[in-house]
Amino acid sequence: METSKNLSVLIAGPAGAGIFSSSLTLGKIFLRHGLNVFITNEYPSLIRGGHQWAQVRASLEETVFSHQKKVDIVLALDKPSIEKHTASLKTNGIIICDEEDASSLAKNNGQMRAFPLRKIVKEMNAPSVTINSIGLGIIVGILNGNIEIAKKLYDEQFRGKKETADLNKQLFNMGYEYGKELSNSFQGYKLPQQAIYSGKEKRLLIDGNTAVALGALSAGLTFFVSYPMTPASPILHFLAEVQKEVGIVVFQPESEIAAINMAIGAAYAGARSMVATSGGGFSLMVEALGQAAMTETPILIVEVQRPGPSTGLPTHTAQGDLRFVIHASQGEFPRVVLAPGDPYQAYVLANRGLNIAWKYQVPVILLSDKYLGESYWTVPDFPELGIEEPKISRENVGGFFPRYKITEDGVSPLVFPGTPGSLVYANTSEHDEYGFGTIEPSKVKEMQDKRLRKYRLLREEAEKHGIETIGDGDIVVVTWGSTKQVVLEALKGVSGVKLVQVIWMEPFPKNKLLSEIKDKRLLVIENNSTGQLASLIRENLFREPDGLLLKYDGRQFFPEDIQLWINSYLER
Amino acid sequence: MDPSIFDTGKRPVWCPGCGNYSILLALRKALAELEINPERVVIVTGIGCHGRMSEYMKTNTFHTIHGRVLPLATGIKLANPDLLVIGHSGDGDAYAIGMGHFPHAARRNIDIKLIVHDNMIFGLTTGQVTPTTPIGVKTRSTPFGNFEQPLNPILLALASGATFVARGFSGEVEHLKELFKEAIKHRGFAFIDVLQPCVTFYNTYTILRQKVYKLEDTGHDPTDFERAVKLASETERIPIGIFYRINRPILEDAFLHAMNPPPVLRQKPADIRKILERFR
Repeated sequence: METSKNLSVLIAGPAGAGIFSSSLTLGKIFLRHGLNVFITNEYPSLIRGGHQWAQVRASLEETVFSHQKKVDIVLALDKPSIEKHTASLKTNGIIICDEEDASSLAKNNGQMRAFPLRKIVKEMNAPSVTINSIGLGIIVGILNGNIEIAKKLYDEQFRGKKETADLNKQLFNMGYEYGKELSNSFQGYKLPQQAIYSGKEKRLLIDGNTAVALGALSAGLTFFVSYPMTPASPILHFLAEVQKEVGIVVFQPESEIAAINMAIGAAYAGARSMVATSGGGFSLMVEALGQAAMTETPILIVEVQRPGPSTGLPTHTAQGDLRFVIHASQGEFPRVVLAPGDPYQAYVLANRGLNIAWKYQVPVILLSDKYLGESYWTVPDFPELGIEEPKISRENVGGFFPRYKITEDGVSPLVFPGTPGSLVYANTSEHDEYGFGTIEPSKVKEMQDKRLRKYRLLREEAEKHGIETIGDGDIVVVTWGSTKQVVLEALKGVSGVKLVQVIWMEPFPKNKLLSEIKDKRLLVIENNSTGQLASLIRENLFREPDGLLLKYDGRQFFPEDIQLWINSYLER
Repeated sequence: MDPSIFDTGKRPVWCPGCGNYSILLALRKALAELEINPERVVIVTGIGCHGRMSEYMKTNTFHTIHGRVLPLATGIKLANPDLLVIGHSGDGDAYAIGMGHFPHAARRNIDIKLIVHDNMIFGLTTGQVTPTTPIGVKTRSTPFGNFEQPLNPILLALASGATFVARGFSGEVEHLKELFKEAIKHRGFAFIDVLQPCVTFYNTYTILRQKVYKLEDTGHDPTDFERAVKLASETERIPIGIFYRINRPILEDAFLHAMNPPPVLRQKPADIRKILERFR
């Protein structure tokens, strides 16, 4: 995978040193050179100190789907970062670091390029975080990039703060001059000098969390309530920031229990609502999930997975909550679980999810993960998707409206409080068509049948939209969520393999999946320890995978490892 | 307006003599006297004997899960501020399992009403201890007597920043009706703890009748916070009426940007084209 078709940069240092924001700046500089970009990060659950890193990958010639083990350039903001990441370097890679850090190390393996980073910042009396701007300048200089792109970006980032913008531009420029001197000796991928970015560029460099928020907005979200929980909090931060611009309610209540109950209350009143959390917060929402199902109140729940059990690894990634969200809450009821694998899918599925919740009056769970939520990819521009009108009655019935009317497809017309002449009774106890409590056996069965009838149409949707297939071959790799991206990276240059991503996890698109894997060798790859997708395949298709690759150390797979594993099956 | 306009015609299944009848009656009368259109009202009930209120009130209703009356009601109100949202909860529902929501609803001053049917016992689950059961009382879960200090809901509401704090008694229906009317007229979070004997598992009618007295008869000034705290701490006699009432901005005021029109009336999705420019 050490091709010159793409570039990988790693920025590492202590938490609080501005690593993420500089990785985003670098990513955007690459984007505006016309490149495809990918950014991911890893950080501990603390605010200052500790070690964190961000990897930025870019290519003009190909899509970059994920991070990889080996990188071309490391920007090491402290000594431990040099020691830790020297092993990540490609043979012709280099480490950019401070001269003090370099001189205090026992040996220089010839890959270190030391600069007076801290000295410059100190002499200029600049905040220590601006060291990043010199570092980025050096990188862009080495890559022979267009400095005007960077300058324009700083002007945009520090709009209204001219002094800050000028300072960062000056530091970037100093770094850029250093970098240019090294440019000829650097053997890796170089940036195109002529910027391809025209300003009318319609691609986006975006993270999965923001994409979810935008997808929900595009489907008419007007009410978002969320209690902070890593790695779902960026959805709250983003929507809180834009709430005035888009005119919606964004609110942080006392707990996840409060959050989902507020969202259900808002939906009962007629507002399209959503909550976002991780596994622990979802655990607290489980009782209210059943409430949404029993009262047939539409709700979109975003669950951004992190490793459990319990507090687990708060800032890392996993796909261990699949079975949990499919089965959560007492009793039996229809629900939908959708698992996007990239920001474009996250946008589309958040829109679809909210629309499906309202069309069928069922809870919809959008199952994301930290790697998807907090990594950035270049994706095509987001299309306008809009609202799919649900069944809503504005009829004046002169009393209680039959909110749970028995219908053929199980979906009864919605009516909202405030409708002239019609009253609406939502009841978490078993109820009749008007919402009044009942324990009458025939009525109880009738209502349960009505709710479960929604599965008929939902299964049709699942069969139609439930999987994505890429490539063809006698070996089928089935995966889900963000792991799809790593598999795509791993399959570059590999032929004879078909990738199948399962998107509808519940209801399960079993017929469609069966047609894709029939008579093929079946490999399953998941970011968990028990093979939960494999168990769904076993249950729905009576099919045992021929190979199962699992990873559960809190990290996403490396494409190198996946490629090796798949190759071992190709050779057999 | 005739209070029977709020009657669903369902025959209540509460025990004969239950205090819930008085609360139901007082609420229907209060709404009728204020001439409030039933379509505009949403009654939210929790789990417990009080929860039957939603079967008997001919308004919009939501019978939610145990303890979640306040967040449910908050969501409804924030989504459509034109509605009058009245929460009914029991002492178990509000002060045990749902306690995590109570101080927050009070401090954020959401314009909803909370009526707690406080009978100091779990009735529907056949007589267990609740957070307001007095020390020493034998219940099915404390056969040797309750050993926990009961909490004081009025003090708690005051400490949490509630802008309308009152106590009623189901034995005083007319007084209760007036309290409900004042609560409905209040702009902000209005809390009424209603002492409501459970005739089956913890009958306190006799002792309550002896102890209660009306605050308005004493000339209490409901804007006097310190006095309200003192009165709330009284144990020898039990004051009923409005302890405290002030005006403070309500939660809805923080969301004026989302109220034109309010979330429930929005026809079109937000325009995200401009926001997308940030990601190019």
